[in-house]
Amino acid sequence: MAAEGSGHAHMDPAQAYDAAKLGIWTFLATEVLLFGGLFTAYIVFRLKFPEMFRIDHAHLNRLMGATNTVVLICSSLTVALGIAAIRKGKQGLLRLYLALTILLAAVFLGIKYVEWNEKFAHGLFPDTDVFFSLYFVMTGLHGLHVLGGMLVLGGVLALAWRGKFSERYYTPVEVSGLYWHFVDLVWIYLFPLFYLIG
Amino acid sequence: MAETTADGAAIPLNGNGRSKGYLEEKGFWSWALTLDHKRIGVLYLLTTLLFFLVGGIFGLLIRIKLMYPGQEIFSHHVYNVIFTLHGSIMIFLFIIPAIPSGLGNFFIPLLIGARDVAFPRLNLASYWIFVAGILIMLASLLRPMDTGWTFYTPYSAKTAADVTLLSFGIFLIGMSSILTGLNFIVTIHKLRAPGMDWHRLPLFIWGMYSTSIIQVVATPVVGVTFLLLAMERLFGIGFFDPAKGGDPLLFQHFFWFYSHPVVYVMILPAMGIISEVVPVFSRKPIFGYKAIAYSSLAIAFIGFFVWGHHMFVSGMSKTASIIFSFLTFFVAVPTAVKVFNWIATLYKGSITFESPMLYALTFIFLFTFGGLTGMFLGALATNVHVHDTYFVVAHFHYTMMGGTVVGFLAGLHYWFPKMTGRMLNEKLARLGWLLTFIGFNVTFLTQFFLGYKGMPRRWAEYPAQFQDLNIVSTVGSWILGAGILIMVVNFIRGYYAGEPAPANPWKSLTLEWQAASPPSTENFEKIPVVTDWPYGYAKRKPEGNE
Amino acid sequence: MKSSHGTGYGIYLAVFAALLVLTGATVAVSYLDLGVMNVAVALLIASLKASLVALFFMHLKFENKLVWAFALVPIFFLVLIVGGTISDTLYR
Repeated sequence: MAAEGSGHAHMDPAQAYDAAKLGIWTFLATEVLLFGGLFTAYIVFRLKFPEMFRIDHAHLNRLMGATNTVVLICSSLTVALGIAAIRKGKQGLLRLYLALTILLAAVFLGIKYVEWNEKFAHGLFPDTDVFFSLYFVMTGLHGLHVLGGMLVLGGVLALAWRGKFSERYYTPVEVSGLYWHFVDLVWIYLFPLFYLIG
Repeated sequence: MAETTADGAAIPLNGNGRSKGYLEEKGFWSWALTLDHKRIGVLYLLTTLLFFLVGGIFGLLIRIKLMYPGQEIFSHHVYNVIFTLHGSIMIFLFIIPAIPSGLGNFFIPLLIGARDVAFPRLNLASYWIFVAGILIMLASLLRPMDTGWTFYTPYSAKTAADVTLLSFGIFLIGMSSILTGLNFIVTIHKLRAPGMDWHRLPLFIWGMYSTSIIQVVATPVVGVTFLLLAMERLFGIGFFDPAKGGDPLLFQHFFWFYSHPVVYVMILPAMGIISEVVPVFSRKPIFGYKAIAYSSLAIAFIGFFVWGHHMFVSGMSKTASIIFSFLTFFVAVPTAVKVFNWIATLYKGSITFESPMLYALTFIFLFTFGGLTGMFLGALATNVHVHDTYFVVAHFHYTMMGGTVVGFLAGLHYWFPKMTGRMLNEKLARLGWLLTFIGFNVTFLTQFFLGYKGMPRRWAEYPAQFQDLNIVSTVGSWILGAGILIMVVNFIRGYYAGEPAPANPWKSLTLEWQAASPPSTENFEKIPVVTDWPYGYAKRKPEGNE
Repeated sequence: MKSSHGTGYGIYLAVFAALLVLTGATVAVSYLDLGVMNVAVALLIASLKASLVALFFMHLKFENKLVWAFALVPIFFLVLIVGGTISDTLYR
């Protein structure tokens, strides 16, 4: 999906760019359905156990959740600014923004780690009840996607470091940026569904 | 006779005076790390054909056990493992990937006038992810699954079988399917040759495009389902466990949201092949091109609305049952459109019966038959009686084997000369076809009767009144096996010793026949410019650059 | 050649600010007891935020119809799987 120059000798640059964009949107479509199954389970069980959800959600740390939401929104901003920068050929700024994005992603995972440990310390585990099963599975799968995103962005940063991108070619940056915004999107829904709704 | 490309350039020949094209380069790594869609297609074809045979052996074992109830040929537990493996291997390792990842990979770029798919390295990755999934599945055989290929909870969450490892294997196989579909969607949108408008696309492409949409949308759901099953076993989460407030039917909803559309992943490519073969061997334009093209999209779309018809007796609400039953009947409409149009194509055509056409005609007959029996299953009232009986088994074998497998074999026979540069032996092909046809019907027609007389499926034993038909069915399986064996021998013989094939032995108008047999690595010397649709038979002859 | 619609830093910062405001709003509202409306408001705000991210950060606003189709089609199927499943679970 990170389309590069080589391996696409059969497409001209404009074609390759369009193809890469369609490719990543198709991949994001699969992710919608992947998380979609879990959102379906959430809805089914929320309708079945409204009391459990009301009581359990109070155990979640609203402040940490909100902070993480802000962290991800900032990371979406930084990756968007990175793309805006390389559109103007500013390689140094691109590297800076990519690095910031990865850093913010690490902060997100750090806060998540603290949060989860807090839950475990209070005897709340994935098998405690359906609410916590959903909480750990959905935030866990999301967290895996954050980690994956960090790795992908790290790869893109490595390429940026070697000067591979310019105002004429930055497809991998845009493609991984789109993936990253999607990761933010999923959290935008996870946050209220678990932390805010009583 | 020197082979030339469509615009007259000579194809480089090997020492025997025959061009081997994309098959030229030798060595393990030239195959293992290939970016050539044709080689990747061949890798998939060989892998899936291998598992077709393995799954077939498990099928034969089932039939042997069912011939003599009461005989301890092997234990009931082993029987459960065998039918689970038969189903799982046939579905996940053969029938889902065979046409899309095998023939699709090989022919989609050729049919649209491209040099490769949109993402060749992703293509290679998807094959090795497929292999990784297979290996993990095989590893799970140390504690083999005995749940049936549907892996219903709660049993699948509790059985001693290694469902966790198996779940990860299937997840990876699903990932491979998703990436293939993604690749094809982008390829068809972006890599069509100049002049190849959507309404000049070969119908196989319309079928593959619709298939790819299903793969991309449906497979993630089964992926997350197996992930959840693994987590239920590993971490004790209880989405599907009533004791923890979960719902076993939730598993079924997720499972069938994928597994019903996936039968259209199986059939749409096969239907695409039929749409290619029938006009060629009738020397007539396909009747109702647009109807067939759009019916593929319609089947893909409607196919998503009907999954609950697998769950009528599961405890699902009456409301949902009625809705799903009602919607199920709609999917028959675009299907019937295709059957009607194929028959209309045959009408007043100059029909010849080479092996691809034999299989194509067989498809139309057997799939229609199987599809019609779907009406009994879709109707709530009758479903209650035949659910989980051999009626269901017969229905899906008529559609999946009489349909997809026969369509796949039609494609293999049709495209064998293009892929290998050699012709198959027609006599052997017809013998293989005949035995396959007879054996198939003897095996599975009897099972409709067994089913509506009440013989349950997945049981190792049964009441004595069912024995006679079971013996007939088993003998049928041996005839079927013989037919398949003869066909495989013909393929092997054909590859090594078949008559050299011309570029266009069937005089077809689609673009792949403009490339050499076998094609060079780049497919075409020059990307063709398309000026007409590929079904103008009797109006023009297939020559020159189209 | 590339779809250069000149989206500069300005728009991104504006969207960022809006996202922060909306996040604050949704957290604030969660402390109020509006009964069933809590769910509606939370989802509404989430969808607003999601739209901003999709339209501006993901450039959907400037993309062609094909990309829009790729973005919207999965949502349709998401609604389908939710609807089909709860047509069972809700009416047992």
